[in-house]
Amino acid sequence: MKKLVKLLVSSLLVAAMAIGVCACAGGGKSGGNKLIKVGIINNDPNESGYRTANDKDMKATFTEANGYSASFYYSLKNEEQIAAAQKFIQDDVDYLLISAAGTSGWDGVLEQAKKAGIKVILFDRTIDASEDLYEASIVSDMAKEGEQAVSWLASQNLSEYKIVHIQGVMGSSAQIGRSGALDTKVAAEANWSIVTQQTAEWSEETAQQITQAVIDSGETFNVIYAENDNMAKGAVAALDKANISHGVGKDVIVIGFDCNSWALEELLAGNWNYDGQCNPFQASYIDDIIKNGAKQKVVIMEEKGFDAATITKDDVTKYGI
Amino acid sequence: MTTSEKKISTGNSAKGFFGKLVSNQLFIPLAALLLLVIFNLIADPTFFKISLEPSSTGYYILSGNLISIIDNASELAILAIGMTLVTSASGGQDISVGSAIAIAGSVVLRIAKGYSAGISNGQFAGMIIGAFVLCVIVAALFGAFNGALVAFFKIQPMVATLILFTAGRSIAAWINNNENISINDTRFGYFGNFLPGIPIPTPVFISAACMIIIAIVLKVTNLRLYSQAVGINASSSRLNGINPKVIKLLTFIILGACVAVCGFIKVSRTSSITYAVIANNIEMDAILAVALGGNNLGGGKFNMTASILGAYVIQFLTTTLFKFKVSSSAISAYKAVVVILLIIMSAPVVRKWFSDLKNKRTAAKAQVRKEGA
Repeated sequence: MKKLVKLLVSSLLVAAMAIGVCACAGGGKSGGNKLIKVGIINNDPNESGYRTANDKDMKATFTEANGYSASFYYSLKNEEQIAAAQKFIQDDVDYLLISAAGTSGWDGVLEQAKKAGIKVILFDRTIDASEDLYEASIVSDMAKEGEQAVSWLASQNLSEYKIVHIQGVMGSSAQIGRSGALDTKVAAEANWSIVTQQTAEWSEETAQQITQAVIDSGETFNVIYAENDNMAKGAVAALDKANISHGVGKDVIVIGFDCNSWALEELLAGNWNYDGQCNPFQASYIDDIIKNGAKQKVVIMEEKGFDAATITKDDVTKYGI
Repeated sequence: MTTSEKKISTGNSAKGFFGKLVSNQLFIPLAALLLLVIFNLIADPTFFKISLEPSSTGYYILSGNLISIIDNASELAILAIGMTLVTSASGGQDISVGSAIAIAGSVVLRIAKGYSAGISNGQFAGMIIGAFVLCVIVAALFGAFNGALVAFFKIQPMVATLILFTAGRSIAAWINNNENISINDTRFGYFGNFLPGIPIPTPVFISAACMIIIAIVLKVTNLRLYSQAVGINASSSRLNGINPKVIKLLTFIILGACVAVCGFIKVSRTSSITYAVIANNIEMDAILAVALGGNNLGGGKFNMTASILGAYVIQFLTTTLFKFKVSSSAISAYKAVVVILLIIMSAPVVRKWFSDLKNKRTAAKAQVRKEGA
């Protein structure tokens, strides 16, 4: 009986593995001669709503119907991504599309790609490497996103700005860009001050704990500057617990980023004040570059910022991710 | 009996008391807690202020750092219960609990998202109970999967659970088709926040219930004896009529149930889920709680109270760091330094060394006194 159970379980495991292998093989198939082979290295689509939308967009664009044979690799770790890039080079892809988890360490593998005649296109994230190692880079200008939000905040003409600043994962380009704009402004203006500045690593719950700690210590503030929507939501949960009003015309201004649909709904309801867009739809730009060639090295996508006072229902459906 | 001899004997018993205190497993987590309390008292006594004020729902609730600590430590304390048992019986740790929490939470949301906010309280309670039971079953099954790999295939627990650690968050996302779910029904948030009219956060009650249950289980069943026996020597416990495989499997299933409770609280806290971030790195904190409790991570004897206290120490530390606004880039370094110190202090080797040192001193003193007399 025991042997039977063992046999059953082990054969199940083997079957599971085999299915996994088949699935991989299915994805990597490159039968067609005319298909353009692309290796896509992305961050984990479960990371955030942004990434999910981005991944869906990529998968919808790079299909066999559009003339592509695409292989995908996902990781949030830079080293794993670099290893995957090496593997794609060995597989002899035509294009390597990379959304890098970290900014450094890519020089070696990009040179390998160049030698092998593989064209590299970066999307969403920039890296620290010589410009001639890649064809083009399609990015969001995170610093500009931050500046847009900060200048919107400045236009509110508060007599004093006491800011709770909740940061993303330290060192990520979104964090650097969005923190940078605020830091510069706070350093420049006398009536702008930071009450606390801490990283919640994109986590809603940690953001809630950080805000809770500020409230518990009895300090006052009138702005929540959270570097993504989830963290803004966590911070707002802490405000609700302490009965601090927030939103249009209320005590605390709430700023988020990424334009998730549910966040834009909060704006529409007047519970939040501002949401900065981070455009996840790079696939059409990449498609254009592959088919028509790159016109410029760095393509910066157009991005908007939404104000709760002016946002419409149409904006929510059009720009929400 | 001469007076000098009497002195020695009383001296010895005093040392014995101190030695007992130091060698008691509860000493390290309690001392760490005390240190943190003293540090906060000196740095800023308002840290301990607790106030009773109305929240945006209109009900009065308790708030303050201490409340935040016991509230936010709930999940970790519950996990520490299961992790202690797994550690004791299998001599290894489950590193997949964070991913498993994502799965459990995703299951709860999968059920809850299907219901409209308009349903009556009775229906809502039925739905929540159903969702909770299903999530316990699912998490227990994943626990059993880990446990089967460890017990029947004799794979190192850390390696066996690595599978779910890697795949868990993707499974969680797959359960809900990778959607961003947000539940708008305020009743869904009761279990991670406050029940209407009750000023204490609900997770505190849930974790207290879990502690009471495990205390009763350890009291009335042979679970403690059996898992310790298996952890110390599996083959001799088998010779004594205990089936080590079943015990190991059982501890992993219990951990699975703990994971389900945590997942339920977590998604209720925010009424939503972010698959890649929910309960991030909580497995490390759970293992740390067990280690802080002075338990041998190689299996065998354990002290449940010490592990649970360890969980509260970790949350106390986290909240203290938030409170003192340690800069973002340095926060993990601070945590690491404190953790290293605590772990070294609580290591059985170091504790033994300390008590040996004490014994030697008392022995030396006794020697000197004897010679003097």
